[in-house]
Amino acid sequence: MVDHAALENDQPLLVATSLSKSFGRIAACRDVSFALYPGEVVAIVGESGSGKSTLLQLLSGQLAASGGHVSYRMRDGVARDLATLGEAERRFLYRTDWGFVHQDPAQGLRMAVSAGANVGERLMAVGWNHYGRIRETASDWLTRVEIDTARIDDAPRTYSGGMRQRLQIARNLVTEPRLVFMDEPTGGLDVSVQARLLDLLRSLVAELHLAVIIVTHDLAVARLLSHRVMVMKGGRVIETGLTDQVLDDPREPYTQLLVSSILPP
Amino acid sequence: MTAMIDVTDANKTFTMHLQGGIELPVVSGVSFQVNASECVVLSGPSGAGKSSILKMIFGNYRCDSGRIGIRHRGALIDLASAEPRQVLNVRRATIGYVSQFLRAVPRVATIDVVAEPLIVNGMPRADAQARAGDLLHRLNIPERLWQLPPATFSGGEQQRVNIARGFISDLPILLLDEPTASLDAANRAVVVELVAEKKRQGVAMVAIVHDDEIRHLIADRIVDVTSFAAAA
Repeated sequence: MVDHAALENDQPLLVATSLSKSFGRIAACRDVSFALYPGEVVAIVGESGSGKSTLLQLLSGQLAASGGHVSYRMRDGVARDLATLGEAERRFLYRTDWGFVHQDPAQGLRMAVSAGANVGERLMAVGWNHYGRIRETASDWLTRVEIDTARIDDAPRTYSGGMRQRLQIARNLVTEPRLVFMDEPTGGLDVSVQARLLDLLRSLVAELHLAVIIVTHDLAVARLLSHRVMVMKGGRVIETGLTDQVLDDPREPYTQLLVSSILPP
Repeated sequence: MTAMIDVTDANKTFTMHLQGGIELPVVSGVSFQVNASECVVLSGPSGAGKSSILKMIFGNYRCDSGRIGIRHRGALIDLASAEPRQVLNVRRATIGYVSQFLRAVPRVATIDVVAEPLIVNGMPRADAQARAGDLLHRLNIPERLWQLPPATFSGGEQQRVNIARGFISDLPILLLDEPTASLDAANRAVVVELVAEKKRQGVAMVAIVHDDEIRHLIADRIVDVTSFAAAA
């Protein structure tokens, strides 16, 4: 049995404190603080220009903050400030403990090398060197993301959009990360392909007990995948809470506007 | 007897910012208790706030003031002021909710929709599916439908899948929002039986039922919601 009593007492995985970022006079992100726990899925929602992608880049250490800081609890249990990490530790995070699923799979994949190599590359980066085992693991992962293993030697540029996105997910999850950042992962896909991907993500996240920070403008995606949401406007988090609470009982005028703008299914 | 649910002076008003900030009072001064092995039925006309009260007890609607006391793992926790993580823990271990409509993920098979609450709490998949099968049988969902997602089912079938999902866990509190609304007589009788079994297991329940006959069969006590009408 999963010991939820122990989970209740656990430590946060990532803590953001008063994060801010300005581009010249424009404040893209202002004073954002929150804690993320293992296995927790948090959605950052808001319209284009609200600052949600900037926040994701700050949290994942791709962008240096103008103010505030992010601390991450490494696998040894010690929380470290991202800004003070050495190069080797940073590489370890990117290659092993973190995943990053981009909206455009071409940004997260190497389009000209085979699907098997795209997945296997992450394993080699963490020291795997037995070709047979790498290929076997890659093939397992293709199956888990519902890609026919007969396509393992084909390059992703021959794949459909939905397949590419599923391959990107396999590449990210193969090293068993504890935290995955997702930037509009269903953004460029057809509705039917989106439903399949969401269902796949939902079951993988639960099975692997992943913590996820997902940026989306689609409230249906937030409802399906996330435990909590943060609503952003003008660089600030204006409302936050349990996902169903915020979506069913929105308080802020802007959140009410977002919720009321959803087309009925 | 220690109450499982202890609601004290809870208030709820909606502020409709898109309609010029109109204030829509829903309920005020909501106070009642529910003990173990007891089914309390909320009564009152449509729009009196019955469903809102149920949602407040589940932590789905926030309260403007007041307390939603829930006995969770032996301690009283105030859901109105609890952290999101605490609310999720309470829902996982203590409060089940059968909503009026099934909200299912597009591709998930019926048997897994029903078994999911048990799997989330750590039960092996095969055991959880066996229990889901038992419940679906009792609720007259034919086995040939179990592997299909419920999205294409009739309203009554979907509601029965929803009931199976809500009743499958052994949680100490269960909230029922019109569980028999679109069911035929045979299936209504099954739900009455299921409620009686939960009572014998010590479950505290709050239900909304419009059918007088069903209400008579399951209610130990009736709380009239019109007494909590918010002054407009």
